[in-house]
Amino acid sequence: MKILVCISHVPDTTSKINFTDGDTKFDTNGVQFVINPNDEFGLTRAMWFKEKQGASVDVINVGGPETEPTLRKALAIGADAAIRVNTIATDGFAVAKELSQVITDGAYDLVIAGRESIDYNGGMVPGMIAGLTGANFVNNCIGLEVDGTTATAIREIDGGKETVSTSLPLIIGGQKGLVEESDLRIPNMRGIMMARKKPLTVTDASTSESKTTSVKFEKPAPRGAVKLVAPDNLDELVSLLHNEAKVI
Amino acid sequence: MSVLVYTESEQGKFKKAALEVASYAKAVASQIGTSVTALTFNTKDASELGKYGVDKVLNVTNTNGFDAKVYADVIKQAAKQENSKILVLSSSADSKYLAPLVAVNLEAGYASNVVEAPSSTSPFTVKRTAFTNKAFNDTEITSEVKIIGVSNNAFGLVENAGSATASDFAPTMTEATVKVESIDKATDKVSIADAETVVSGGRGLKGPENWGMIEELAEVLGAATACSKPVSDLGWRPHSEHVGQTGKPVASNLYIAIGISGAIQHLAGINASKVKVVINTDPEAPFFKAADYGVVGDAFEVVPQLIEKLKEFKAQNA
Ligand SMILES: Cc1cc2nc3c(=O)[nH]c(=O)nc-3n(C[C@H](O)[C@H](O)[C@H](O)COP(=O)(O)OP(=O)(O)OC[C@H]3O[C@@H](n4cnc5c(N)ncnc54)[C@H](O)[C@@H]3O)c2cc1C
Ligand SMILES: Nc1ncnc2c1ncn2[C@@H]1O[C@H](COP(=O)(O)O)[C@@H](O)[C@H]1O
Repeated sequence: MKILVCISHVPDTTSKINFTDGDTKFDTNGVQFVINPNDEFGLTRAMWFKEKQGASVDVINVGGPETEPTLRKALAIGADAAIRVNTIATDGFAVAKELSQVITDGAYDLVIAGRESIDYNGGMVPGMIAGLTGANFVNNCIGLEVDGTTATAIREIDGGKETVSTSLPLIIGGQKGLVEESDLRIPNMRGIMMARKKPLTVTDASTSESKTTSVKFEKPAPRGAVKLVAPDNLDELVSLLHNEAKVI
Repeated sequence: MSVLVYTESEQGKFKKAALEVASYAKAVASQIGTSVTALTFNTKDASELGKYGVDKVLNVTNTNGFDAKVYADVIKQAAKQENSKILVLSSSADSKYLAPLVAVNLEAGYASNVVEAPSSTSPFTVKRTAFTNKAFNDTEITSEVKIIGVSNNAFGLVENAGSATASDFAPTMTEATVKVESIDKATDKVSIADAETVVSGGRGLKGPENWGMIEELAEVLGAATACSKPVSDLGWRPHSEHVGQTGKPVASNLYIAIGISGAIQHLAGINASKVKVVINTDPEAPFFKAADYGVVGDAFEVVPQLIEKLKEFKAQNA
């Protein structure tokens, strides 16, 4: 089985979010970039398929040279090879087009992407890849088994989950649950050394057709100070929630 | 050309999110001077949608259950029939599953997590959340066909005097490629996505045996229960209750956090909630800085009392 894991290169979850150039650009100053958490779960599940079922695992990012350390980290975790499609990704559609090209050319059986990336929260790339390549698609995936060309997956739905069966080629929009938090791997020294020798291929972008553009960013208005209610005066809390906040 | 809105129902009844996206679609239709067509599955009674501004309802009878690709293809057919250039969907799990497939079908730009009616329709600009609620992003959709995913509870319900006429719509249904084997869903509980109120517990509750009062509080409020990440990692509560940046997003009207410190990753996922109440023993807990109302106190004393007060309140206001 040939697996491709899509890696989005995103600011660490603790990052302070600021903007520059008249609030049109994300300020990367002092920001640490990481593998998108949803993709890290997917990559870890892919490692399981590699170790237990002899799958090959490639990782891919559509982005500029600054994303290479993130791809190297994925190699250090255990991926076999990395691909970077060299372009500044403008929107989800453009990224999905680039990825679809590589997926079709590389005849991948299973593509694991994340439910959403935590920077732009588009939540669209995996579905768009599925639409563009015609492969089967399971979103919000919290469990995945593959047997030959058949796959069984668990999808989170509102208020529960469902078990589905489908066949390869398959695109996954993955999230926590694909593996447990405790299964995540921190690259060790040997992994880091080996990653340096693994191939990281840079390819040119084929098309870059975007359908949305980011105009401007804005930070939420600062909120007023919290109103404290004494623990022995909960009538007041109930009254505030009813009369002031109007939520009960 | 009408605005097409996909309205989800459950057992023949429209979800609140469906009425919200209908309200949103009406707002967009008014901006550009056109009508609203709703696409729905297995719901004959269109009158409720009429109240929220829908003019026409296309009802599809489908006995095979939900399949993202099949439904995406039906939405495409409806959009073609109605000559719709603007499509509106909710942020439910199913809608988020569908929307990117529809975007490919119609070569459309898709903006998800949209929180307001378009600030301008030419250029077509919407405001959406980004960086997991740490910021907003004004996004221009440049393609001819545009898809808007509305964030839950962001726009609210807006009634519009009107009436909708229903007609049957019989699209070609493709064969499902993903087969549902089993569904595991608590039908007696409110889901986090649909809930107007969410009661959430953290590690401060010490152990799973103490969740009885959380569930009782949720029951009194008609709320969904949720938890912080360590609580689900420890196995005290199911993963499906984990909220935050790496868990489920919460955009309820009221979010009550009990024994949760308010780490940045937790706050990011729940910040879209309108009113936040925090109960925590530590006055320095970061959550107080992000909350509207706070009680500095021991959850084991405060929560049972709050339950009593709410019961009294409900009895008086019944
Ligand atoms: C990449 C990454 C992603 C993450 N994603 C998420 C996420 O999606 N969601 C999430 O929740 N976390 C997430 N986290 C974890 C987050 O950083 C915090 O560790 C977590 O939110 C803390 O959970 P907590 O508040 O329940 O526990 P603690 O931080 O242990 O806080 C417990 C709180 O309970 C209070 N308390 C103790 N006893 C009582 C009592 N008797 N009554 C009232 N209050 C009491 C304490 O004062 C304290 O404030 C993530 C972390 C990382 C690194
Ligand atoms: N630039 C990119 N390069 C590679 N994969 C990406 C990129 N952007 C998004 N993805 C993948 O698509 C998923 C969802 O991203 P998004 O649709 O942007 O929220 C991510 O978790 C990644 O797996």
